This record gives sequence, structure tokens and C-alpha cells, in this order.
Amino acid sequence: MKIELKNICKTFNKQSNTINNLDMTINDGEFVALVGPSGCGKSTTMLMIAGIYKPTSGNLYFDGQLVNDLEPKDRNIGMVFQSYALYPHMTVLDNIAFPLKQQKVPKEERYERAKNAADMVHLGHLLDRKPSQLSGGQQQRVALARAIVKKPKVLLLDEPMSNLDARLKIEMREEISRIQKELGITAIMVTHDQEEAMTTADRVAIMKEGELIQYSSPMELYNRPKNYFVAQFIGNPPMNFLKSQLAVKDGKCQFYINDTTVDLNNHLPKIKSHNSIKDIYAGIRPYDLKLGQKGDITLDGVVSLVEPTGHSKMVNVKVGDDRIRFFADPLQKIERGSKITLTASISSIHLFDCESGENLTAETIGEGQDNKLVINS
Amino acid sequence: MKKSKFLINGMRKHSLPWLMLAPFLILIVIFFFLPIILIAVNAFTDMDSALQWTFNGIDNFKKMLLDPNMPEILKNTFIYVFFTLAINVLFGLVLGLLTSYFIQKESVGLLFRTIWMLPRISPPVVYVLLWLWFFDPSPYGILNSLRALVDLPPGEWLSSNPKTAIVLANGMIGASFGMIIFSSAIKSIPENLFQAAKVDGASQWSIIQDIIIPAIRWPLMFVTMWQLLSLLTSYEYILLLTGGGPMVESEVLSLYSYHKAFESFEYGYGSAVSLVLVVIALGFSAIIWKVFGMKKMMGTSRVE
Ligand SMILES: Nc1ncnc2c1ncn2[C@@H]1O[C@H](COP(=O)(O)OP(=O)(O)OP(=O)(O)O)[C@@H](O)[C@H]1O
Ligand SMILES: [Mg+2]
Repeated sequence: MKIELKNICKTFNKQSNTINNLDMTINDGEFVALVGPSGCGKSTTMLMIAGIYKPTSGNLYFDGQLVNDLEPKDRNIGMVFQSYALYPHMTVLDNIAFPLKQQKVPKEERYERAKNAADMVHLGHLLDRKPSQLSGGQQQRVALARAIVKKPKVLLLDEPMSNLDARLKIEMREEISRIQKELGITAIMVTHDQEEAMTTADRVAIMKEGELIQYSSPMELYNRPKNYFVAQFIGNPPMNFLKSQLAVKDGKCQFYINDTTVDLNNHLPKIKSHNSIKDIYAGIRPYDLKLGQKGDITLDGVVSLVEPTGHSKMVNVKVGDDRIRFFADPLQKIERGSKITLTASISSIHLFDCESGENLTAETIGEGQDNKLVINS
Repeated sequence: MKKSKFLINGMRKHSLPWLMLAPFLILIVIFFFLPIILIAVNAFTDMDSALQWTFNGIDNFKKMLLDPNMPEILKNTFIYVFFTLAINVLFGLVLGLLTSYFIQKESVGLLFRTIWMLPRISPPVVYVLLWLWFFDPSPYGILNSLRALVDLPPGEWLSSNPKTAIVLANGMIGASFGMIIFSSAIKSIPENLFQAAKVDGASQWSIIQDIIIPAIRWPLMFVTMWQLLSLLTSYEYILLLTGGGPMVESEVLSLYSYHKAFESFEYGYGSAVSLVLVVIALGFSAIIWKVFGMKKMMGTSRVE
């Protein structure tokens, strides 16, 4: 089912909009991840799609049909609530079978299907327990089974795996993806786990303070963050930022990192004034930094912390007044307090306006990568 | 030797709790146990207005068995308790649902509940006066005026349907008790359960049946039991409304005991009737305790 949100606003109190002019389309069979800081309105958006909350203004369409006033029970939706919302007096089996009971599925078939759903989330052995006798992760899986048991048209998952261990998380993730693809369900998932969002979703929507900031494929989000907020939000560990200045003079652009002057060779379409100096953040992802001096730019710093992560080492480096992170080979000897030199290619650098947060490089780098940026130091 | 030392030690260890409990225990003994004991003793005497205790064995109980009014009074008691209880609990539940589930606006719900509470906080005499006015046999009684609107003749309701009258009057006032208990219980159900049920496709009826009722089953039982016991033993509204009449048509056991003791001054016989009532009440309590597992209810607080 195709879901369209058109200019949706939601207000709980008169002072401010919790959701502000949200415009978003989720295509039929698409898997969308909804991410954003706590309190930005993710759950509110989900509850509006579910029909629990009515939008204060704006329209919601399912397959082109206006559904603002359609009751939740008529929307054919499966939902995992952030707080699970299991029925406390029912057993696990009855909880899972509840949506089927409402559809008047005959008893035998109902329990059969409920059992299958329970097996799928590895809860086959706990069918007779009450929710209060389950662990948090088990409760969450009951909620998951309950959401998918009726094979809904739309699946709304509000942090469905926040309480699971790493292995179970991956398993459940794959299971959800499989079911979603198999049945062609349109799914929206709220998550605080970026890896989860990036790996499962076709598209990722980033929200901030009730507004949609960027809505695009995971790769694009990673490679072309629209602004500073997205850049520092997406990626784990987060992007490194170095305070810097961008100078535009006679149509020529330069910026300075450390002692390096980087020449952008006229290509910065997002800058309007032709003679100016701007404060900017230069962003480099930890994975794009290497030890050595072979790249386009180099950074000198002092190691302040080394954290082994198993397959590599995460190293904290102090460069000037900024702290940056990068990954080093686990066999490499790096010691706290030692001086090192890092390098990166110019194409991996993102420039953000300090004031507006706008990504100043996005379009230039996005189009043809390296050939448009020439280093000249 | 050893044993007494142990005892003294034990007493000393627990002396503070006992000391703290003492005033309360004394009150319980004076106001709860003593009356029952007095009634129990009295029931085997033929005390009358002369206030003299003369034990007469089980004469009072023999008399009761032969009392020509007894069958009708027992029947009345049963009818009165059963129907009033049904109204109390069911109507209380309906009111609770209305004021705390269907009316989502807290202020409106509160207003409704307060209105229903009014009879509770007004003196019984005033409340009964309203009902007397309602059933008044003259053409100016409320019911008769209403009937006049659709051209029906006035009726003498209190003498033609006394049992209906007492059931209605007690049912209405008793419903507010259930309403208060139920609505606070309904209010304590987490909102997201209703949301989940709606998303799962549940109709209003199914939400009431599958979510609300199971969540408030302890309050339901508590109200049922509480009301049952209080209906068995209280009679003031009946006394004020019909006085048990006409004849004994609306006389119940508790009222009969009052009439015997304080109108015909047969204290002994009245006590015997009361004792029977106490036994019946104890019997019902025991049954409910067993059937509904009150132990579980009183044992641990169940926050679900
Ligand atoms: N029923 C409500 N009444 C009033 N304010 C609400 C209500 N529900 C949410 N809000 C407010 O709306 C904002 C968004 O809440 P929401 O639950 O959608 O956040 P969220 O993005 O899901 O956050 P989290 O990641 O912590 O779950 C919050 O500031 C919250 O206080
Ligand atoms: Mg939330």
C-alpha cells in the first residue's frame, strides 16, 4: 500500500507543532526507516499513520485514498508499540492470536498461525506465559509476532528490536525483511540503531524537531548528507568535524585545514557572494582517514585514546583544538601520546556552513567526484 | 524453665508491635466482636422491654421456623439482594465505562461522576424523599405526572410495586459506589493497550470485553462482595421508603430484625433473626472467598 503524508501537522498543545508540515511518500512494498533524536516526533508520526492520532491539519492517503477519518481497526495495520503494549491478562499465545480473533479467524487456524508466528520469533516454548513473566526482549518479540501474524498491508515498527541482544537483533531483522519482501508489506520502522536503518531500509527518513530533514537511500544519506545535522547524525562513529574557513575570492575557492590550503578550483555553486570568508566545518568520516602522508591532505595530531573494537582499532586523535577519530589496523602499533600524521583524499571531505549547516559540497562532489576538486598546497 | 524464658524473650521482642496495635485491637474488640457476641447471647434469651435476660434455649429459632411471615421475608430478601446487586454492579460498570472510557474528556467525566455521587453525600432522608415524591400516588407525583403526559391513569406505586421501588432506590444509590471504583480502575489501564487493541482491529465491544473487564476483575469482585454484604445487612432506605409494607411485601430480614427488636420490643427474637443474618453473611463471604480466590486478591497487590 502506498502511503502519502501531505502537509501533515500535529499539535498537542497550542504553543508549538510537534509535527510540522510533514510531506512524505512511502511507496508500495517499500521499507522505510525513520530515525531522529529522541522526542523529534517519530512515534507521533507512526501513531498518526496508524490512525490513533488524528492530524491537526494535512492529509493522509493510502493508495490515493484519503484516510484521515478511517478508524485504526479498518486500516489493516500491524504495529509494534515502543512500549510493547501487550495485553497483561492474556497468555503469549492469546496475545499473538488477538488480531486474528478480531478478524474472526476460526479458533484452530487462529492458534495454528499464532504458533507459527511465535516460532518465528523463537518463542515457541513460552506460549502459556503471561507477559509479566517474560523478559523485556521476550516481550518485544511477542509484540513483533502479534504485529505480523495477520499479515497486514502496513507494518509499523516503533523500535521493534531495541531490547534484543546483538545476535537476536540480526536474526529478527532478517526475518522481518524476509516477511516484508515476501508479502509485499509496506513497512516503516523507527530505530535508534543506524546500522539497522542502513541495512534493512530501502530509504531512510531523518527527522528533527518534527520536520523531515532528509529522505533518501542509505548510501546517499551516508555519502551526500544534506546538512551538518544529517552528517553528524548518520554514521557510527560519527563524522569528524574540523573547524575551518572557506575563502571565496575572484571566483576562486579555498579552504584551510590545519596548515594545508585546499583549492576548490572554482567549483562551489552554493555560494552566492563572490568575495567573502565563511566559517565552515570540514567533515571527514573516520573510515576515510588513513595513517601516512600519501593522500590529498594531511593532518598532524597527537593520539589521545586507543580503543580496540576487534577487527580494528578506533583511535582518538587531537588535531589542533579538534578531536577526531579514525580506524587503524589492529596490528599497527599506536600508543597514547605519540605523534601521528593522517591523510585523506579530497573527495571524502564535506564542507558545511557553520551558520546554516548546509552542505556546501554536496552537489559538486556528488556529480563527478574527484576530477572537479584539485588540490593545490 | 527454658520454655518460659523463651516465651518472655519472645514477648519482649514483639512488645513494641503489640503495644502499637493495642488501641486498634481494643477498638476492634469493643465495636466489632462485642456486638456479635451480645447478639449471639441475646438470641438465646427472651429479652423484652423489661430488659431481662432469661435463657430460653432455642425457643427463638423454633419460633422463627414457625413464623408465618418468614417464607415471604426470605423470598423478599433474596429478590431484593439479587436484583439490587445486579443493578449496583452492572449499572455501576456502565457508568464507570461511560465516565472514564467513552467520555475521554476528564472534566466532563468528573462532572458526571460528581452528579451521580450527590445522592451518596446527601442524607438518606432527603434521597428517599425524592423517591417518595417520584412514586407519590397523587397526580402530582413525578411518575404519575409523566404518565399523565401520555394519558395514562395515575397509580399507587409504593403499594402496588413495593419491591420494585426498593430495588430501584437502592440500586441507583448503590451504583455510584461501583462507578467510582470501576472508573478509577479503568483509568489506570495504560492508554497504549487501547491503542494496540484498536490497531489489532478490535471493536468497542471487544475492547470492553477483552481488555477492560479482565483488567478490572478484582475491583468487580470486590464491589460485588462488598455490596452483597451491605445489602444483606442494611435496611435504612427500605425503612424510610416503604417501611417494609404494605404488610410484609417489602420486608427483608434485616428490617424484620429491627422491627422485632425496636417496634415490638422482642429483643431476644430480633437478635435471633440478626444472628441468622450474620450466619448467612458469613456463609456468603466464605463461598465468595473460595470461588473467587479472595486470598490471591488480598495477598499480593496486582499491578498489571
Ligand atoms: N500524547 C501527547 N501529549 C502531549 N505531548 C506529546 C504526546 N505525545 C508526544 N508528545 C510530545 O511530542 C514530541 C514527540 O514525541 P514522540 O513520542 O513522537 O517522540 P519520538 O521521536 O518517538 O521520541 P523517542 O525516540 O524518544 O521515542 C515530544 O516532545 C513529546 O513530549
Ligand atoms: Mg518514540
